[in-house]
Amino acid sequence: MAGVPNLADTPWLDPSSEPFIRLRGVTKKFGDFTAVNNVDLDIYKGELFCLLGGSGCGKSTLLRMLAGFEVPTSGRIMIDGVDMSDVPAYERPTNMMFQSYALFPHMTVEKNIAYGLKQEGVAKSEIADRVDEVLGLVELTDFTKRKPDQLSGGQRQRVALARALVKKPKLLLLDEPLGALDKRLREQTQFELMNIQDQVGITFVVVTHDQDEAMTLSTRIAVMDAGNFQQIGTPTEIYEFPESRFVADFIGNANMLDARVTEAGTDHVTVETALGTIRTEQGIQVQEGQKVYLALRPEKIHLAKAGDPVHEGNMQVTGHVEDIGYMGDMSVYKVLVNGETMIEVTAPNLTRPKQRSLAITWDEEVVLSWHSNSPVLLVR
Amino acid sequence: MGKGRSLFLTVMLWLGMAFLYVPMLLLIIYSFNYSKLVPVWGGWSVRWYKVLFESEEVWNAVALSLKIAVVNATFATLLGALAGLAMVRFGKFRGRTLFGGMLAAPLVMPEVITGLSLLLLFITLSKMIGWPAERGFTTITIAHITFSMAYVSVIVQSRLTGMGETLEEAALDLGAKPFRVLTDITLPRLTPAMVSGWLLAFTLSLDDLVISSFVTGPGANTLPILIYSRIRLGLRPDINALATIIIVTVAIGVAIAAFMLMRQERQRLAEEKMAAGP
Ligand SMILES: Nc1ncnc2c1ncn2[C@@H]1O[C@H](COP(=O)(O)OP(=O)(O)OP(=O)(O)O)[C@@H](O)[C@H]1O
Ligand SMILES: [Mg+2]
Repeated sequence: MAGVPNLADTPWLDPSSEPFIRLRGVTKKFGDFTAVNNVDLDIYKGELFCLLGGSGCGKSTLLRMLAGFEVPTSGRIMIDGVDMSDVPAYERPTNMMFQSYALFPHMTVEKNIAYGLKQEGVAKSEIADRVDEVLGLVELTDFTKRKPDQLSGGQRQRVALARALVKKPKLLLLDEPLGALDKRLREQTQFELMNIQDQVGITFVVVTHDQDEAMTLSTRIAVMDAGNFQQIGTPTEIYEFPESRFVADFIGNANMLDARVTEAGTDHVTVETALGTIRTEQGIQVQEGQKVYLALRPEKIHLAKAGDPVHEGNMQVTGHVEDIGYMGDMSVYKVLVNGETMIEVTAPNLTRPKQRSLAITWDEEVVLSWHSNSPVLLVR
Repeated sequence: MGKGRSLFLTVMLWLGMAFLYVPMLLLIIYSFNYSKLVPVWGGWSVRWYKVLFESEEVWNAVALSLKIAVVNATFATLLGALAGLAMVRFGKFRGRTLFGGMLAAPLVMPEVITGLSLLLLFITLSKMIGWPAERGFTTITIAHITFSMAYVSVIVQSRLTGMGETLEEAALDLGAKPFRVLTDITLPRLTPAMVSGWLLAFTLSLDDLVISSFVTGPGANTLPILIYSRIRLGLRPDINALATIIIVTVAIGVAIAAFMLMRQERQRLAEEKMAAGP
């Protein structure tokens, strides 16, 4: 990922590349309720695209329309250049891993995984080989003869994943694929997913609640809210340049301040907030006097004891530590500024708690400082 | 307080049981009565069972009833399952509400009306196309199928609704054509419901007196028709014996059906637990 962006890795920046999946004006209504609202989306071959959003925002519904289980109320879906309107689920070049796993309860693990290959008419010996291979991948080789109700939640999830993977479809749709796995297995499977994606060139669309997962896995993320896309972009774009308060709040944490534009320059904007006048180096289209919001991520704020030296050129304010949350690798400090605005700051725990004298403690006066390119201005 | 209530409940339970089962118990006891006069106790004996087994008329009625019950249960299960599938799985189709209503109608229609209308139908048909030439096995079976099928479809519908569609979607997603999905996924999971539907249809048919009486013809006596016609001439001890045999048979059938339903319930609970995920 690091280095100069290469057009082959970022096909969405290349106006000449053809998207693998193309959604145009896709809407899905259940009665009066709009689950997916007029969305446009291009996903390119080989992408690992994450749909991220709160519960009930329409992620599964969108995925189910791609798989062919829901018919869009309006709009068009193209996969690999083919209009999907008249293509039934069983003829689509997609496989889906269901949120509820949907394992066949009357078939063994082995039969569950082999089922899709059997429908394709793959030779018996090849079926056996491919099932073995994928069982090894998800570490279930010892469970082939079990029925789904004899498996743990995480094991069932892995069977579901294996069943979708084994067909090597052009497009894999995964609905909350790794939620029930422990940390080690989750990371390993994430790694495997990325590996498979690299090798086979399968395109993935992954639904998840888990923003860390979305950040590590995906080439791009779409943040959804109430049936709409709030923002589509790479993990870095989404995190560092959120376009709305919803996205800034949903991905990671952010201190959100009401702000009023006092100076709208070409290379910087100055706003008036509860923390005083703040300068941001953001080339955003705003007018003087306009009401905007300022988002400042907790880890982008530097915390120092009052009187300690602060970086030259940084914005700074003083505050009072009200609360500290110990998280192991870092701590979250709640700092009250001007006696009215609570600002959250995170800082790595560079020292052990025993050496507390060095660290910042409750009720201490502190200085918060940040670089002027850290705050993000949001108009919505 | 708690004890008092449990005593009250126990008494009520026994009263209720007595209300339900004392008549049957009496019937069973009297079937072993030696005396020819039903209300007079003449000592224990299996005399009436012997009389029963020697009566060709009774054997014919048993054979006819069983034949009707088996054919009825089989067709009713097939048709009822198909109707249930159409109602639950085919989404919205034209006339779905009408179809659903008509499917449920035999459940609430007075038997006399069902019987009468079927009789009219058979008479009209016989006049117009010469079929059925005479009423008997065929007409009774058709009549039984019309109402048994409604019961089966209710059982199948509730099972299908409970199962949800996700597994069928998963099979479609893996490339199975709709017919394969039906045979690989839907039907195997419907089996318990269909077995209990079959047993229910079987018992319903064995039980039926009213509708059978309407659509039967000369010489075609099912067991209930035979019993009823004999009882009209006065209580008879051999009928007590026959009724006892029927009670035992039905009890066994009901026990099997209950067992199947219990298994189905357990399966449903297990699946719900699985669907809920971790
Ligand atoms: N068949 C349906 N009939 C009516 N409403 C539905 C149906 N399917 C989904 N919905 C509604 O559409 C909305 C979006 O559902 P969806 O399953 O897509 O949510 P989701 O984003 O996947 O949520 P989660 O993260 O909880 O799985 C929800 O409010 C849901 O209640
Ligand atoms: Mg969902």
